[in-house]
Amino acid sequence: MSATSPEAVKKHVRTYITIFIALAILTVVTVWVSTLDLPGPAAIALAFIIASIKAGLVALFFMHLLGERKIIIAILALTVFFFVVLTLLPQTSHVVVPIIP
Amino acid sequence: MSAEIKWIDKPHPVSGVTNGKLGIWLFLASEVMLFGGLFSALVLLRTGADSWPVGHELLNVKLATINTLILIISSVTMVMSWASLAMKNLSKYKMYMAITVILGFVFLGIKAVEYGHKFEHHHFPSTSIFYAIYFTLTGLHAIHVIGGIIVNTYFLFPGSKLWQTKPEMFTNRIECAGLYWHFVDLVWIFLFPTLYLL
Repeated sequence: MSATSPEAVKKHVRTYITIFIALAILTVVTVWVSTLDLPGPAAIALAFIIASIKAGLVALFFMHLLGERKIIIAILALTVFFFVVLTLLPQTSHVVVPIIP
Repeated sequence: MSAEIKWIDKPHPVSGVTNGKLGIWLFLASEVMLFGGLFSALVLLRTGADSWPVGHELLNVKLATINTLILIISSVTMVMSWASLAMKNLSKYKMYMAITVILGFVFLGIKAVEYGHKFEHHHFPSTSIFYAIYFTLTGLHAIHVIGGIIVNTYFLFPGSKLWQTKPEMFTNRIECAGLYWHFVDLVWIFLFPTLYLL
């Protein structure tokens, strides 16, 4: 992205404004959804779907991941994998393991 | 003997990116794991607790929503500061970077007001597990905002001299600073619903 020409960057500026409006609307939607008194799992799922969309917009457009080099994508893919493992692995502590005498 | 650091203004032939950009992405990967560990702790504590308070009953959602919008706006001004440099406009860069730094301070100011309200009501990290994880996560995030403000302020004033001699290298540095600032925004995007709304 850093090698992008000034003309190409001018076009990106319009995209940045559009993404900002989308992020602002999604923030309001996040707050509005939380007032709907949805059941626990549905509320959590919806909140995380909206947060993930917002995070995706920031990463793809503001952080220029769209069209980024493969090495950066590979680093991020590995990071996301370990993040998911890190989040889910401790949950196994809730699993009751039967004790075999 | 030359001590010149290579591939800081031109992409490395193997990776295809500058060493600075590769470095900042690796740093951000380690940051994901730092916040990931705490996020994992939150999930474990919440799922293992007999009861867990609803965030919006204890925390100020209005202030947090305003702070979310402030960070989003600051992300736009940050990317605009980089775009201004890419369009060879230093004065616009300075304007957008100054706004980014100011918005960072506004975010911290609102956070301080929020913390002040909590302390007035004698709500401290030791009060409950919820407040412990709330103060830890938001406090760590605030430290990252402070770090970003320091870096951005440096690039706004003394660091911007580099533009006169090596404009491409300076543009790359702002892109890296921007990647960090957007990451700080990303973390808040997940903290906001997790702590305040659910």
